[in-house]
Amino acid sequence: MKNKLNWTGFLLSAGLILMILLVGIAQTAIAGTANQTAQPADMGEVLFQKKCSVCHGSEGSGGVGIPLNLSDFLKTTSNKYLHQTIRLGRPGRIMPSFNQLSDAQVQSLIHFIRSWKADIKIPQYEQANIAGDKLKGKKVFDTICINCHREAGIGGKGTGVTFSRPRDAEIIAPAIGNPAFLAAASDQMIKKIIMTGREDTPMMPASSMGLSEKDVNNVVSYLRSLSTDINMLHKHEHETGAAILTYESSYSMEETIENMKQAALGHNFRYIREQTLNQGFVDKDQENKDEYLIYFCNFSFLNQALSVDPRIGMFLPFRATILKKDDTVLVMTVNPNYLCSLFNNSELQQGCEFMSEQYEAMLEESTL
Amino acid sequence: MKNSIKSITVHFTLLLILLFSAMVQAEHQKLIMGRSIEAFPETMTALQDEIKKAGYTLSFVQRVDVGLTGMGFKTDKYRVVFFGKPEEIEQLPKKYPQLAPYLPLAIAIFAEEQETVLTAMSPEFLAPAYLGEHPELKVVFDRWKKDMETIIEGVCYPQD
Repeated sequence: MKNKLNWTGFLLSAGLILMILLVGIAQTAIAGTANQTAQPADMGEVLFQKKCSVCHGSEGSGGVGIPLNLSDFLKTTSNKYLHQTIRLGRPGRIMPSFNQLSDAQVQSLIHFIRSWKADIKIPQYEQANIAGDKLKGKKVFDTICINCHREAGIGGKGTGVTFSRPRDAEIIAPAIGNPAFLAAASDQMIKKIIMTGREDTPMMPASSMGLSEKDVNNVVSYLRSLSTDINMLHKHEHETGAAILTYESSYSMEETIENMKQAALGHNFRYIREQTLNQGFVDKDQENKDEYLIYFCNFSFLNQALSVDPRIGMFLPFRATILKKDDTVLVMTVNPNYLCSLFNNSELQQGCEFMSEQYEAMLEESTL
Repeated sequence: MKNSIKSITVHFTLLLILLFSAMVQAEHQKLIMGRSIEAFPETMTALQDEIKKAGYTLSFVQRVDVGLTGMGFKTDKYRVVFFGKPEEIEQLPKKYPQLAPYLPLAIAIFAEEQETVLTAMSPEFLAPAYLGEHPELKVVFDRWKKDMETIIEGVCYPQD
């Protein structure tokens, strides 16, 4: 009897939830339709400001991300390309994949981006592939395109540029060999961009670079021959290791602090300051001297890292946390290699590995 | 009848919890970011106000730009704001020493011409590293994430 009641209860409650969900879905659909027909650009603007403006700028003029409001960009990119780019992102090139957005939300974002230059005709491209000679295309690419787009079109350096730092150009050469770019862009769209170039960017028209239409077809075929498997990039993700680096010290708290200062100086880090972990949270006389922080910085490295991705400053400069628990002294720091995957920026990988090695060496020297 | 109602209530609650936890798990986020259309000084003031409004104590502001320009490098304003709740800063490192390198919480704030960008690591990013051994920290990480989102949204989209 009790089991029967339980089953009845379960079925009734499941039914109730299903009803609530259906009503909710119906309401969302109605609201969504209303929004789309009434003010799609408004919905897109709200989404853009919350999801995209942080990198692309509040008016699409760029920043950490590329400028989206350039006339030539809007003249040559199809809605299908924009849709796919929002969905797929650019693995390893900062732009995340927004695959949690609904189709209606993506459409409203595109509608808003288009509203900046509403008079520009939205291009549409045939999907037919271009049959060129990829080997000849590679030769052209390796002679001309490589200067900005780098080998195999991995994209210009400094993916994380920002207007808070000096920069050579407002736009960094896109990663046109990136699998997500190739999945989003049709052959005809790539050809059109190479043929016409892009005003207000270093990208010149093909004719100005001495290229014929045949050369352009060959370059497109070469690009198309590069990997289009987006999942391949994830397979190459490097080992990130643990969230923190920890060493147990053989010395007293005071000796370990002194050792850490010496080790950091030995690795070209400058001493910045030291404090207890709870400084600023309690009165001076209540600070816990068994939980200690020391800050160091290699300014040259910091400057380089910030020019690759300004967001990395959230865990720089180097901070050693030294804790005394019972009779054990622990020296810890965040692991840059672990944190590197936060940024979807393959340009940072080498720097993160270097930092992790440096941190590990300093921790080891101060504790052993 | 009474048992039946009780049973419905229990199942209903359990299913709702499952439903919501599935929804929460579906939306993973590594970074919490926002752009303020205000200049750096105004945004920095707003950030400090929002941190306090969310019940946190501001402990230190790291002046990254000052250090860099002092060494001859060019940069616009760049700071890292550290904050926390005194009782958590007191208790968490004692119970979970491995969490100490991530304390206090931090938000980086930097100028981009006339606008300002805020960026922070979502505490959710630490979940795989810590929750296996200490599942009870999920409540803490979830609250930090929600609070940091509220803080950054409060600074960047104050009209919402």
